[in-house]
Amino acid sequence: MEMIVMQLALFVLSLFLGVELITKIPPTLHTPLMSGTNAISGITLVGAVIAAGAGDSASSLVHGLGFIAVVMATVNVIGGYLVTNRMLAMFKRKN
Amino acid sequence: MNTNLVDLIYLISAVFFILGIKGLTKPKTAVRGNMLSAIGMLIAVVITLLDKSIVSYEYIIAGILVGGIVGGIMATKIQMTSMPQMIAMLNGCGGGASLGLAAASYLLTSQTGGYESGVLGVMAVGFVMVTVLIGSVTLTGSLVAFAKLQELISGQSIGFAGIKFLNAALFISAITMLGMLCFDPTNATIFWALVAVSCTLGITIVLPIGGADMPVVIALLNSYSGIAAAAAGFIMGNTVLIVAGSLVGASGLILTQIMCVAMNRSLTNVLFGVMAEGSEAIDADEVYGGKVKSAQAEEIAMILETARRVVIVPGFGMAMAQAQHAVRELSDVMQEKGIEVEFAIHPVAGRMPGHMNVLLAEAEVPYDQLVEMDRINPTFEQTDVAIVIGANDVTNPMAREDKGSPIYGMPILNVDKAQTVVVIKRSLSPGFAGLPNPLFAMDNCLMVYGDGKKAVIEITAALVNA
Repeated sequence: MEMIVMQLALFVLSLFLGVELITKIPPTLHTPLMSGTNAISGITLVGAVIAAGAGDSASSLVHGLGFIAVVMATVNVIGGYLVTNRMLAMFKRKN
Repeated sequence: MNTNLVDLIYLISAVFFILGIKGLTKPKTAVRGNMLSAIGMLIAVVITLLDKSIVSYEYIIAGILVGGIVGGIMATKIQMTSMPQMIAMLNGCGGGASLGLAAASYLLTSQTGGYESGVLGVMAVGFVMVTVLIGSVTLTGSLVAFAKLQELISGQSIGFAGIKFLNAALFISAITMLGMLCFDPTNATIFWALVAVSCTLGITIVLPIGGADMPVVIALLNSYSGIAAAAAGFIMGNTVLIVAGSLVGASGLILTQIMCVAMNRSLTNVLFGVMAEGSEAIDADEVYGGKVKSAQAEEIAMILETARRVVIVPGFGMAMAQAQHAVRELSDVMQEKGIEVEFAIHPVAGRMPGHMNVLLAEAEVPYDQLVEMDRINPTFEQTDVAIVIGANDVTNPMAREDKGSPIYGMPILNVDKAQTVVVIKRSLSPGFAGLPNPLFAMDNCLMVYGDGKKAVIEITAALVNA
């Protein structure tokens, strides 16, 4: 129970931190912000690998779902960071 | 590995994420910020792969390979004009990953002894079901948004009068099933029904939203994908998931808020697709009635020739016509002639937050020339020429003056205050709001009819020769 309360505290404080951080980001970078945060939400990969790597005791449906979760989270991570980098590089040049 | 050590390392990657987002506050530090965030991700993933509860790696390796290739190809091949679709896909993948993870976790727990009874068990099931609900809505909602942006289906509102009641019914039944599962987690039929209802809800929420409202939806789904990740963090008891997910959730919420303010509409108003009702239908002929003047490229070039300050107002039409490079060239030619050029960016111009900025950055327009609405509006009175390219509703003076207008109160770019307004547009057809734009009939307004890219190139050529 203490764990859940701690996690809840972490969740709420992170929301506030997020609000403080994001309001300082200029509108010009809002699209890279979205793709960059998409990449960060690919953090579900760390949960997905645990599900996908559950071993033989798990049914093939669990493995399948875990596999799909790993694929989608990896698309987010790789696609998100690469496309953000591509956009930001355009903002950087000439300045 | 020791769980305390793992949690400490997760803390380090959370710090990297925060520093990464902080880097995005300035274009100069943004690339480095993105790198920091990627390093944080790498640390978190590597430490998780060393986790002792992982016994088989084949699905993980296959999944990372497939996802990495798909993500890599998408990110390198996608055109800047298609960036809203890319973001929609990424949002969908975020939701889908959380859904897959939650479903796998539910089935695994059911197979290996089930959820414990008591408060803790109920909460554990609750987190799974909340993740399923938000993840499914994000997944299917984003797929519909993608289909709309890619024009696989009509980009306008699709639906019927009672769709909000259907949505309400779907939502209530999802919540009911969620509650039932909390007390009887063994009932897999209800679980799959919850998945089905939530997926349907995602579709029926996004279908009726169209056109200029897309930026709100994209930002909102962005937020949902983060909240889903945070909820998944509660399932796994994983701190880095909770922190990263809530950061993303907050980011999407703020963007949603900014978009709503920029349209003077509340979020419920956008979601339930009700435009404020106008007092009466406005007749386009009455507004335009012989007062609209059109001009050729040569005439525009002559006007620009004598201008000292020009403001360019891009809209979704510029993206449609892929005109960003042509616009940059026009801006270069004007600057060579000593004209001061700035770009006025309305927050909801385009189909996602920051859409115009990305396109103009692609065309190598320096970002300090891109000026936000609040800062550029007071300068229109000292502006000789305002060139509007493919923007309509965001320049409609009715939003400022006509109290009965459905868009009254929406902040607009005051282009009508400029000495001369040049509007490049295919025809006099109305924008997303379906309203005639009295700007086009003003004395100081000249229409250039035609494809945005072609018209801009012609004006540039005429200006070079002038």
